[in-house]
Amino acid sequence: MITARYHREIPQRYRLEAGKCQKCGQVHFPPRRVCSKCKGTTFETIHLSEEGRLVTFTVVRVASDKFSKQTPFVVGIVELNDGLRLTTQLADVDVDKVEIDQKVKLVFRRIQEDGRAGILCYGYKAVLA
Amino acid sequence: MRDVAVVGTGMTKFGELWGRTIKDIFVEAAHKAIEDAGVDHIDSLYVGCMSPGLFVGQEHLSAVVADYLGVTPVPATRVESACASGGAAFRQAFLEVASGASDIVLAGGVEKMTDGADVTDTLATAADQEYEVYQGITFPGLYAMIAKAHMHQYGTTREQLAAVAVKNHRNGAKNPNAQFRSEVTAEQVMASTMVADPLRLLDCSPVSDGAAAVIVTSLDVARKLKKSYAKVIASAQASDTIALHSRESLTTLNAVVHAAQKAYKMASLKPTDLNLIEVHDCFTIAEIVVSEDLGLFEKGKGGEAAAKGLTSLECGKTPINTSGGLKAKGHPVGATGVAQIIELYEQLTGRAGSRQVKNARRGMAQNMGGSGASCVIHILEGQ
Repeated sequence: MITARYHREIPQRYRLEAGKCQKCGQVHFPPRRVCSKCKGTTFETIHLSEEGRLVTFTVVRVASDKFSKQTPFVVGIVELNDGLRLTTQLADVDVDKVEIDQKVKLVFRRIQEDGRAGILCYGYKAVLA
Repeated sequence: MRDVAVVGTGMTKFGELWGRTIKDIFVEAAHKAIEDAGVDHIDSLYVGCMSPGLFVGQEHLSAVVADYLGVTPVPATRVESACASGGAAFRQAFLEVASGASDIVLAGGVEKMTDGADVTDTLATAADQEYEVYQGITFPGLYAMIAKAHMHQYGTTREQLAAVAVKNHRNGAKNPNAQFRSEVTAEQVMASTMVADPLRLLDCSPVSDGAAAVIVTSLDVARKLKKSYAKVIASAQASDTIALHSRESLTTLNAVVHAAQKAYKMASLKPTDLNLIEVHDCFTIAEIVVSEDLGLFEKGKGGEAAAKGLTSLECGKTPINTSGGLKAKGHPVGATGVAQIIELYEQLTGRAGSRQVKNARRGMAQNMGGSGASCVIHILEGQ
């Protein structure tokens, strides 16, 4: 992964920084320049809730080359307690015992690595709460 | 806007065309379409292609195909809208002719997916790279999450998903251009390799090479050619959020709903007026969700309808994917939307052989990109 491309997303991946529209209150993750709900253009930086529930998921058994060593792994959509939804892996679970509506929390983990000599890429993953 | 018609078609067989180049398969399809239409020139061309840069290392595909088709200096443009690239290219041709800017336009689509690229990774570029794909999600995985949500919310079953694959393989077996001309049983679908739970290998459209092309003209030109034509009575397109997780509902594809509403309005039709529909069944769950979002079945009832055979070629109502769909015909992504138009043309002009829907007069093609972030819909009417 190009280092600059990785570096740009650090506030979101490491600290869950989101943009809250000052006009309508809609939270955007990642932050946006224009609010897709009200077209507002001023935002406050907030930190997302780290707890939520699984709204859907899958077990990826055939992955792209980059993730092939990790299979099988769970990827799901988590709805955080503040209502925002994001896509994340669900780590440290028996992949055959995951269920919709399970309570989860976000933790800081290594997500992928850039070959043998490239950077290690970190971010959030969910674990059962 | 002027009335617009499709007057000729051409396509390659879909499949693993190891010995062929991307330009060669496109030229085969485009040349056949020009010959079939009987036109002596084209005013411009559009080529739908998702990712020649990643699949075969070639960008600027528009100029490549114009050159090898021998039609320079006509304007040539590549259209990219992920797996909806073909439908979007056809729509550009439609708009160019409808506007009066051109009389005869070639709309084609092509993809060469078997040249060794990491196909899973390349297709994933149609999702949000930083906030979906970064976590390792794949396209089967995205549609699997839609399937899980649909099963949880509406009680859709594993058997109902399998019914879609069984029906599309049955239709594909009758299509000489299909990648898979073999029938499968529900047991085979449900015993095939798990790709992304609950989707198995036989729930997924294959990796394919292929090209398709049609000639789009004004209705006046079509009449003068004295060939069978099909009139384009609706062209509509809509978008949605790039990430699946940003949508209010995980089981409704809003771009499909919006594009369908626009198309029905433009054609002054309702879903039951259609004699056949080609839908974008990249995965079995997609056909079920789309059949609901097009208004053919009530929300949550698409699985049941598929299992009851209400979408089969023999159903006597509105069969879905008489061509075999993406599942059996194959899914060279950029070519798919144009190949759907070809199936409509063949059905509406009575050329569909053993797949022929009796008295087919109106057909719809629904083509989509990503996890539903782009949708292009066309309705064609026979003479």
